[in-house]
Amino acid sequence: MTDTPVRPDAHTETTTPWPPVRERRTLTEVAAEIPDAPRQRRTGPQLRRLLKHALLIGFGLVMLYPLLWMLASSFKPNDLIFRETGLIPTEIDLTNYSEGWNALLHPFSHYLFNSAVIVLGSVIGNLVSCSMAAYAFARLKFRGRPIWFAVMLMSIMLPIHVIIVPQYILFSELHWINTYLPLIVPKLLATDAFFIFLMVQFFRGLPKELDEAARLDGCGHGRIFLQIMLPLSLPALATTAIFTFIWTWNDFFSQLIFLTRPDMYTVPIALRTFIDATSNSSWGPLFAMSIVSLVPVFIVFLFGQKYLVKGIATTGIK
Amino acid sequence: MSVINEVAKTRGASREVQKGDGKAAAIFLAPWFVGLVLITAFPLVASLYLSFTDYSLLEAPSWVGLENFQRMFEDPRWWQSLKVTFLYVAVSVPLQLAAALALALLLDRGLRGLAIYRSVYYLPSLLGSSVAIALLWRQVFGADGLVNQVLGVFGIQGYGWVSHPDYALGTLMILNVWTFGAPMIIFLAGLRQIPAMYYEAASIDGAGKARQFFKITLPLLSPIIFFNLVLQLIGAFQSFTQSYIVSNGTGGPVDSTLFYTLYLYQNGFRSFDMGYASAMAWVLLLIVAGMTVVNFLASKFWVFYDD
Repeated sequence: MTDTPVRPDAHTETTTPWPPVRERRTLTEVAAEIPDAPRQRRTGPQLRRLLKHALLIGFGLVMLYPLLWMLASSFKPNDLIFRETGLIPTEIDLTNYSEGWNALLHPFSHYLFNSAVIVLGSVIGNLVSCSMAAYAFARLKFRGRPIWFAVMLMSIMLPIHVIIVPQYILFSELHWINTYLPLIVPKLLATDAFFIFLMVQFFRGLPKELDEAARLDGCGHGRIFLQIMLPLSLPALATTAIFTFIWTWNDFFSQLIFLTRPDMYTVPIALRTFIDATSNSSWGPLFAMSIVSLVPVFIVFLFGQKYLVKGIATTGIK
Repeated sequence: MSVINEVAKTRGASREVQKGDGKAAAIFLAPWFVGLVLITAFPLVASLYLSFTDYSLLEAPSWVGLENFQRMFEDPRWWQSLKVTFLYVAVSVPLQLAAALALALLLDRGLRGLAIYRSVYYLPSLLGSSVAIALLWRQVFGADGLVNQVLGVFGIQGYGWVSHPDYALGTLMILNVWTFGAPMIIFLAGLRQIPAMYYEAASIDGAGKARQFFKITLPLLSPIIFFNLVLQLIGAFQSFTQSYIVSNGTGGPVDSTLFYTLYLYQNGFRSFDMGYASAMAWVLLLIVAGMTVVNFLASKFWVFYDD
């Protein structure tokens, strides 16, 4: 390391005699003068960094092990799952997948389709309605804005369990139980207020001059919103779409309540039914379908990582 | 930067808004407003009303006054669900945050492969609430599951962890700790905002790593710790999927994993005892709100704001 700081007094005091006279000092005295931190840095970094990486990799493996083990087990015949802890199957067997796919009343594709419809509807609903509300909160001046904004923020923290019973009654009065509607319509009405907040934060960061200029040019709010704000907000829209996708895909509680007819089951409900439908020992097919159910989330995770990390870092969503 | 700070701020917001965009605002806010009234506010009020009634969906609700709340106090399963939930929150949330902070500190400065580590640790947070992972957990901690297989290698005879009343809740706590990736990323972002200058100055003054951590990192990170704490508490209080799947909807063994929300679900949607479920829901709301308020009050003593 070349940038070892030199104590300033080391040369200022000894500049007078030339050629410099070496002061006679004991080794301990010299050693005492060497600054502590840099010396540590000289010998420490490689070893310490190596240790750090070993720790991080080891810990990461422990964390991922159950997932990898499930993946491996999904290719193993049932009796091997209970005997092998290793990750590499001694024989690859796809029967778990074909068996799992057809284990329930409908083929698994049926449940995948139901989930896909609900996810797609939710993503579109959240994108449209939340961005509209966010534009109003971020850019429009209207009476009572601070109050409505506070109401919106508070609705984020409201536990769904408090409103689920009357919601259920309302939707059953409308004959919406066992349709996609109770799961999609609320998103079209921006009930995931969290994303409104996320977009408000983003819109506030966009330069106001842009839409002020557009207004002077005679643009209405509709055009400003559609042609200026939205195109500039792709990162926020992507974050919203990705989180809506993953949350809706994983959602169990509301789907369990609103979808009770087997042909309306979504992936999580179908997976859960698996336990009842098959004997407890058929883990192979169950793992196979679990893997199938995780694949879409994993793909979204791979491609949306940048937005996921940014979204969570700036606003703290799970 | 956060919902929570924002809530605190809006309380004192000034009236900077003049009239002008009222019509446009009405149009842009229409979907949200309809949703707020029909899907949130109306059900909220309705559930308050229902909490004072006996209602089974088949007949009209009949007013019973405070009976539902009284019943709660005399219902051992309700107390059990409260105990399970508080225990779960009190143990798993601090552990989860400690893990998140520890890993964030390890990952913080100039480490190669940061993006990969971050993804590896974050992935469980995204999957953690899914049914697939809960099913996996059920197997991993089952009698002949992965954990016991690994223990078997060392010659240890394990239990059927998820079917043992002393350990079942513990497995769910581990599952929650396992999802520390989301708060970790928030911590990482927070650590980035602490100027390196502070550490340089401290190390010139001879402060060791431990001292730097307690005197610089912790105080400057305290708003982020607070934020994560509130967020994870609210989330943990509402856990449902894990206990539902692991216990097959019963909250067993012997109600050892009977989460509050699971008991609420059983009352409302299995027994169709909607009045009682609504009363339970309102108590949950009061608990969560009360906890958040207490948190905010307590934060005055330990959260350090720079500005």
